[in-house]
Amino acid sequence: MTKLIQSLMYGLNLGSIYALTALGYTMVYGIIRMINFAHGDFIMVGGFTLFYTIPVMKNMGLPLWFAVVVAIGVCVVVGVLTEQIAYKPVRGQGSTTALITALGMSLVLENGALVLFGSAPRNVPPMFSLPTIELLGASIPGQTLLTLAIGIIVMVILSFFIKYTKLGKAMRAVPEDKVASTLVGINVNKIITITFAIGSGLAAIASMMYTTSYVSIKNELGISLGLKAFVAAVLGGIGSVAGAMIGGLLLGIVEILVKVYMLPGTYEAVTYLILIVVLLVRPTGLLGKAVSEKV
Amino acid sequence: MPKIMKKKYIINIIAVAMVFLLLCLLFDTGLLGRKAAYFNGLVTIGMFYTIIVCSLNLLTGYMGEFSLGHAGFMSIGAYTSAIATTLISDHAELPNIVLYLLAIVIGGLAAAIVGVLVGIPALRLSGDYLCIVTVAVAEIVRVILSNFGIPAITGSATFGKSFAGIAKVSDYHYVFITMVICITVMYCYIRSRYGRALISIREDRIAAAASGINVTKTKVMTFTISAAFAGVAGAIYAHYITTLVPTYFNFSKSSEFLAIVILGGSGSMTGSIVAAPILSALPQLISYVFPEFASYRMLIYAIVLVVVMIFKPSGLFGGKEFSLPNLLLDRNYRKKKVSLDENKA
Repeated sequence: MTKLIQSLMYGLNLGSIYALTALGYTMVYGIIRMINFAHGDFIMVGGFTLFYTIPVMKNMGLPLWFAVVVAIGVCVVVGVLTEQIAYKPVRGQGSTTALITALGMSLVLENGALVLFGSAPRNVPPMFSLPTIELLGASIPGQTLLTLAIGIIVMVILSFFIKYTKLGKAMRAVPEDKVASTLVGINVNKIITITFAIGSGLAAIASMMYTTSYVSIKNELGISLGLKAFVAAVLGGIGSVAGAMIGGLLLGIVEILVKVYMLPGTYEAVTYLILIVVLLVRPTGLLGKAVSEKV
Repeated sequence: MPKIMKKKYIINIIAVAMVFLLLCLLFDTGLLGRKAAYFNGLVTIGMFYTIIVCSLNLLTGYMGEFSLGHAGFMSIGAYTSAIATTLISDHAELPNIVLYLLAIVIGGLAAAIVGVLVGIPALRLSGDYLCIVTVAVAEIVRVILSNFGIPAITGSATFGKSFAGIAKVSDYHYVFITMVICITVMYCYIRSRYGRALISIREDRIAAAASGINVTKTKVMTFTISAAFAGVAGAIYAHYITTLVPTYFNFSKSSEFLAIVILGGSGSMTGSIVAAPILSALPQLISYVFPEFASYRMLIYAIVLVVVMIFKPSGLFGGKEFSLPNLLLDRNYRKKKVSLDENKA
């Protein structure tokens, strides 16, 4: 029982990392129908920013969570630059071009990091020092609980933002109908840029959660994490914000449970197997809307 | 057969033979001296890249679907053929050519079987969803290969997380001939009744189905053929490198193959044939010619990819085929090409 609670908590923690990353994928896909493969690499960028800014914050005597603010800033800048330089010119060129450009940008970020930071894994210094907490007989590190709480709070805020604010409504309107949203006075290009900015900011928060739990970062971090988060987005139904959250949390819990109770080496295979089964049974994902095919 | 067709075949055969002789001249006469082995490696790798890139072009260019999991099919071909040849050569001494032929046939068949099994359910999906399923399949294959090694099935080779000691039988003479045969088969497939059906499905699935084309069958068949050739490329790779590591066949490899297809020109076999050897050798050549740029090579490659996508998204050949006989025989060929382009613009 203790083991189960412990693994569930770890699963929720990993799941909220996936969920925050999946949100970035799902929002971008919803709005411009492009799998942004570079999104996983934004997390890597955030991780390296944390790695370099935490010692600086320590020296300057500032609170360490300031580093997260810096990371969010850097990720938003990288995300918006990626969109403006690479994605905007190829918009409307078809899905093949968009897909390859995204793959290319992912390679650019990854290899740019390789040139700048080298290929050796780095350990991000701890940001929080919290005591281990006893919960129903299971001992869980304080930072796991804290990051889990942060992740859930961010997701709640984002849900409210998308549901009730004017900007959020515009972000929901553009994927529905681009022309109609232009007619009612929405600046589509601006909304797309804002979507990228929010997605990249979420990636920075995800990288904070990742580094507090898993410490070590590497220039190739983005590939596997990004792919897994994308799987989460597809599972939940791509384009659906609630779906991304549910898909992410579900995936995290399943992965940890498989790791703990079944063969530890195979959890990735299980993840992808679930994806295939879900796509074959319900091609639009758990919460996705069925898109009628043009005839 | 009309006379002009005969002439065209003869020109193509002569051109292929000349390339082959050129390679023989470079590597067999010791013209390159000590560097021969290095360039030989680049050429052999370029040739198996050509096979796999052409096979992926069948899907991307002619079926209009992406696969980001071709490295998975390649690994199936590589591992199956390697296990088979290792077992066989432990029991019987076979000449290299027989071993090589066995390897590519077994590798191709194994990948084809997996291709059918994956294709039948997965091809109900299309577009980005199919793409992500192929990623999932390749990742599952990679995880299985990394975890369930058969410990030391044979005396001479070790098989576990990595598989070492595979017979080195992928000689570039054989590989070149294999490549030519593979490309010819794929080209004939596209020009055949099935290939034309395939292109009509790409253009309009519903209209194709209405005119009596079995959409599912054609799609699954193409997917299987594509997977089979990926398996052949894998077998060649295994018997050239002689050591297999599951992590080689990862998502980055698959995306590299797809990137080469698009850069060469999706829907242009000649584009793939030109792009695959150049782009597979480019990172190596950058670090060979400019050693100080060695760490920048993949970055340069990636930037080139993005820049080409922004300025020429249709790729190098842009869906057109280059034809040597037409260039030589048809004096109006160049003129015609130009006027066609103008019409398009």
